[in-house]
Amino acid sequence: MDFGRISRRHLLQGSAALALGSTLGIRSAAAAETTVGFIYVGSRDDYGYNQAHAQGAAAVKKLPGIKVVEEEKVAETDAVEKTIESMVNLDGATLLFPTSFGYYNPHVVKMAGKFPKLHFEHCGGLWTDKDPKNAGSYFGYIDEAQYISGIVAGYSTKSGKLGFVAAKPIPQVLRNINAFTLGARLANPKATTQVIFTGDWSMPVKEAEATNSLIDQGVDVLTCHVDGPKTMVENAARRGAMVCGYHVNQSPLAPKAYLTGAEWNWEALYPKFVKMITAGEAIPNFYRGGLKEEIVKVSPYGEMVSAEARKHADDVKAKFMSGEYTIFKGPLVDNKGKMVIASGTDRGQQDPELEKMDYLVEGVIGATA
Amino acid sequence: MADASLGLWTVPLAVFGGAIRVSTPFLFVSLGECITERSGRINLGLEGTLVMGAMSAYGISYLSGSPWLGVLAAGITGALFGALHAGICSLPRVNDIAVGIALMLLGTGLAFFLGKPLIEPTAARLPAIDFGWWSDIPQLRAALRINVLFLIGVAIAPLLYWAFRTTRWGLLIRTAGESADAARAMGHSVLLIRLRATMVGGFLAGIGGSFLSLFYPGSWNEGLSSGQGITAVALVIFARWDPMLCLWASLAFGGAAALGPALQSVGITSGYHLFNAAPYILTLAIMIITCSPKRTLTGAPAELSITR
Repeated sequence: MDFGRISRRHLLQGSAALALGSTLGIRSAAAAETTVGFIYVGSRDDYGYNQAHAQGAAAVKKLPGIKVVEEEKVAETDAVEKTIESMVNLDGATLLFPTSFGYYNPHVVKMAGKFPKLHFEHCGGLWTDKDPKNAGSYFGYIDEAQYISGIVAGYSTKSGKLGFVAAKPIPQVLRNINAFTLGARLANPKATTQVIFTGDWSMPVKEAEATNSLIDQGVDVLTCHVDGPKTMVENAARRGAMVCGYHVNQSPLAPKAYLTGAEWNWEALYPKFVKMITAGEAIPNFYRGGLKEEIVKVSPYGEMVSAEARKHADDVKAKFMSGEYTIFKGPLVDNKGKMVIASGTDRGQQDPELEKMDYLVEGVIGATA
Repeated sequence: MADASLGLWTVPLAVFGGAIRVSTPFLFVSLGECITERSGRINLGLEGTLVMGAMSAYGISYLSGSPWLGVLAAGITGALFGALHAGICSLPRVNDIAVGIALMLLGTGLAFFLGKPLIEPTAARLPAIDFGWWSDIPQLRAALRINVLFLIGVAIAPLLYWAFRTTRWGLLIRTAGESADAARAMGHSVLLIRLRATMVGGFLAGIGGSFLSLFYPGSWNEGLSSGQGITAVALVIFARWDPMLCLWASLAFGGAAALGPALQSVGITSGYHLFNAAPYILTLAIMIITCSPKRTLTGAPAELSITR
C-alpha cells in the first residue's frame, strides 16, 4: 500500500534526523555520565507498584554521574518498544529498567537483540538461556514480607478474621495470600483469611465494595494485592479496621490503622545494579531475592502493634535474614483438604514449583476460580 | 449477635448499601444526560465530564480545604464541557455522537494530565449523615451513612419528572427534542435551548464525578471511573428517558455492583467474574426483553440522531 510505504519512509527520515541531532548535540555532555531509563506501566505516584519503582529511580538519581530518564503510563504493547528506542536514540540511555511484567516477552527480548551493547533489566520476567545475554530479569520474594505482615495481623485481630482484597488468582497473588495466612496462623492458629478477587489490577469501586463487604463479615485486619492499595487502606481505616500495606509504605494515609506492610526495596537494589554496571561487573541474568537480599522489606510497625507481636515478627525476620527459614513446608494442606506439599518436603524461596502455585492453603476462605 | 457477623444477611445488606454508595454517580450522569437527550442531543462525552469533575473536585478540595467548593468546581467544569459540546454541535453538519466521543477522550486525557500531582495528596472529603443511629448493628449503620449528594440526586429525579410535564421550561426542552421545527415556529432558538440543556447535563455529570473522588471510593486516581459515565449514558436509554426510571435503574446498577464482592465475602466464590458482570447482564437482558423490531423505542425524543 502506498500510504504505508510513505509513512514508513517519513518515519525513518524523521528518526534518522533525530538520531543525528542527538549525536551532534548531546554527545559531549553524555560522555561524562551514564543515562538510565525507567519505564512504568502506570502513574508513578500511585501509592503502589509503580511508585515503588519510582522510589528506586529516585535513589539512582542521587548517584554522581548518573542521569535518569523516566516515562510513565507506557502500555504493555509496541508502545514500550517505541519508548525504549527513543530513550536509547534521543537520550543516550545505556541501561534500561522496563518495570512491568508484560514488557518482557516479546518486547524487551526484541529490543535487547536489537541493541546488543546496552543493558536491559526487567522486573518479574523469567529469563531463560534462549534470551539475549544483555537482558536480565529480577524479582523479589515479597511473600516473605507478607508472612511477617501475617504474623502481626494474627496478633492484632480480635475477631480472628482477616481480609485480603486481591486482583486476580495468579501464582504471585496466591503466594502472597497463602504466606499472609500461614503467618497469621503462626500467631493465632484459628485465624482465617477471607479473600475477594476484584478481577483486575485497578478497580477502585470494586476494591472499596470488597473492603466494605469484608468488614461487614467481621473482618478487622485487611491487606491487599492490587496496583494501588490507597482505596483499600483509606476505606478500611474509615470503617475502623486495621490494615497491612502493600508495595510501598501507606502509613501516611492511615497512621492510626496501619500495622505494617510488605514493601519493595527497589531503592536498595537499583543503585546496586547501576554501580555494578558502571564498574563493568556483570549482573546475573536471573536475579531473585527476598528480605535477606534486600529486595523486599517490612514497613515500620504501627503504634498499636503489641510487644508480643513485634518480638515474634522480629524473630522470624531475623531467621529470614540469615536464610534459615522456609514458609512453604510440608505437610501443607489446601483449603479443599488436599495435600499440596507432602510431609518432609521443604519448598524453599527459590523453588520453581512455588511460581506455579494454584491453590489456597487451609485457613483461606475463597476459591481460585 | 455474638461475633458481630451477619452471615448470609450480608448479601442483601451489601446490595442495599451498594445501591446507596455506588449509585450516585450513575444517578447524576443519567439525570444530566436525560435533560440533554430530551432536548434532542446526545452527549456521549459525559464519561470525560465525570472524570474531569472528579479530578477538579479533588484538586479544589485539596487546595481550598473545602469539599463543597470542590463540588461546585466540578459542576462548573462539567457545565463548561457541556457548553463546548453544544458549541461545536451548533455548527452546521456536525455529528453530536462524534463530538461526544472526542470530548470523552479529551476529558479523560486532560483529567489524567492535570490530575497527576493529585494522586498522592489526600483532600478533604464530603461529610456523611448518619441515618443509622437507631440501630445496634454496625453493618447497618455503616450502610446508612449517606452522603447529601445522594439525597439531592434522589430529590432531583421527581423534580425533573414534574418539570418536564408541567413547566414551561420542560415543555420547551421537550419541543426542541421532539420537533425542532415546532420550536422554531414558536420563535425559540433550538440551539440555545440545547446549549442550556447540555450545560445543565454537564453540570450534573461533573457533580457525579465529585462524589467519586470526594466521597466513595473517596480519592483521585486514574482508574476511578472505569466506564461509569458511559454506563450511565446507556442507562438513560434503558430508562426510556424518564427521570424516575433513571433513579431506579441507577439504584439497581449500584446494588448489582456490590453483588460480586458481597457473594465472595460469604463464601460463594464460584463464577465471581459472572457476578461482577451482573450490571451489564442486567442491561442486556432488559434491552432484549423490551425491544421490538416493529416500532422505535418508546419515549425516545424524535430529534435524536439515533432515532431520526
